[in-house]
Amino acid sequence: MYAFAYHHPTSLKEAAGLLAKDADAKIVAGGHTLLPTMKQRLAAPGSLVDLARVPDLAGIERTPRAVTIGAMATHAMVADSAEIREAIPALTELAALIGDPAVRHRGTIGGSVANNDPAADYPAACLALGATIGTNKRKIAAEDYFTGLFETALEEGEIVTSVSFPIPHKAAYEKFRNPASRYALVGVFVAKRPSDIRVTVTGAGSNGVFRWTEAEEALAKRFSPKSLDGLSASPANLNSDLHADAAYRAHLIGVMARRAVQKAADR
Amino acid sequence: MSSVSLTVNGKAVTADIDPRTLLVQYLRDSLRLTGTHVGCDTSQCGACVVHLDGQAVKACTVLTVQCEGREVTTIEGLASGGALHPMQAAFREHHGLQCGYCTPGMIMTAVDLVRRKGHALDEHTIRHELEGNICRCTGYHNIVKAIGAGAAAMAGGPQQAAAE
Repeated sequence: MYAFAYHHPTSLKEAAGLLAKDADAKIVAGGHTLLPTMKQRLAAPGSLVDLARVPDLAGIERTPRAVTIGAMATHAMVADSAEIREAIPALTELAALIGDPAVRHRGTIGGSVANNDPAADYPAACLALGATIGTNKRKIAAEDYFTGLFETALEEGEIVTSVSFPIPHKAAYEKFRNPASRYALVGVFVAKRPSDIRVTVTGAGSNGVFRWTEAEEALAKRFSPKSLDGLSASPANLNSDLHADAAYRAHLIGVMARRAVQKAADR
Repeated sequence: MSSVSLTVNGKAVTADIDPRTLLVQYLRDSLRLTGTHVGCDTSQCGACVVHLDGQAVKACTVLTVQCEGREVTTIEGLASGGALHPMQAAFREHHGLQCGYCTPGMIMTAVDLVRRKGHALDEHTIRHELEGNICRCTGYHNIVKAIGAGAAAMAGGPQQAAAE
């Protein structure tokens, strides 16, 4: 790890000021992606701005129509939240599938959506549920937020403060984990929303999370795993690597989608 | 250099350190608490698990400066007054180790597991919860047995060992 200066601001304003002062500054939340990346010298920020001491960033709030999760809420806090489980059980189940217990005590939802790893779980939930990503400057719809591989609509120095999920009629997440890294080889989030049905895929796309629109159209006719019979995802634009080739990932998308629809339908 | 003050195993400590210093480096190299091990150094293996404000974390992926004002407990902080913690005693009783390298992390994870899931732990739960701790000797069978017995013992209940 290369040397850096460490800052621990106690307000968002102070954090934004520190980020503005150093073009090479990085925000650290749980640090479970950033620190390993820095150890490998794939990232070498000049300074770290730690959000841990900024107050009121880890709250969980439920209203009749949405669940809003503070950016610094850990995966363990989401996984264990009775409020979220009652409103969107798919979300607590997703959080419980990230990493392992010790990792879930540190990793945060804000860090996950800010990093937009193509194999991360939360982007699938955000896009399927039509989440709104709140920052210190504005609110961004998930549809406009995830723009590519490790890329988001966030501007330089913009800080994710919350993620707000509208409560769907039904939803479920199914994940085929890489057994070593525990990241999604393929993860499929299915949401039956008041306005439409969404099927999103993480872990597979070479550009990150995406919607499987053919499956969405098929499920709009009837919300049943049978509606996906004979439908297969295209391997074009899917990742091929030593863990799985594109054809295998395409197959897994169909399998995970059918399981997720069944699970959601049973709710 | 950054100044940091925290509590380790109940004792207040203050240090002036390079912000790069990982918690596990500080514990081992500065405080000489070498019970916390470094296995993979990539937050996979769990040999470095300690408790941060009572929660299991991987000390290879926490900066010491992130622990300002917080409480850290290591394997050295579990025993009290010369008596092993019930989870440590269960690992000894059930021979929950082979080479011993993963043992401190296994025990710290196990104690955290009891905090979260209670004292009556079935085998499936224990095996699932150990997903972040790797035993390279593959000695899981006795580790799982030890954790079940240690969890019961932490409640002051009858030890499984006595029944076997």
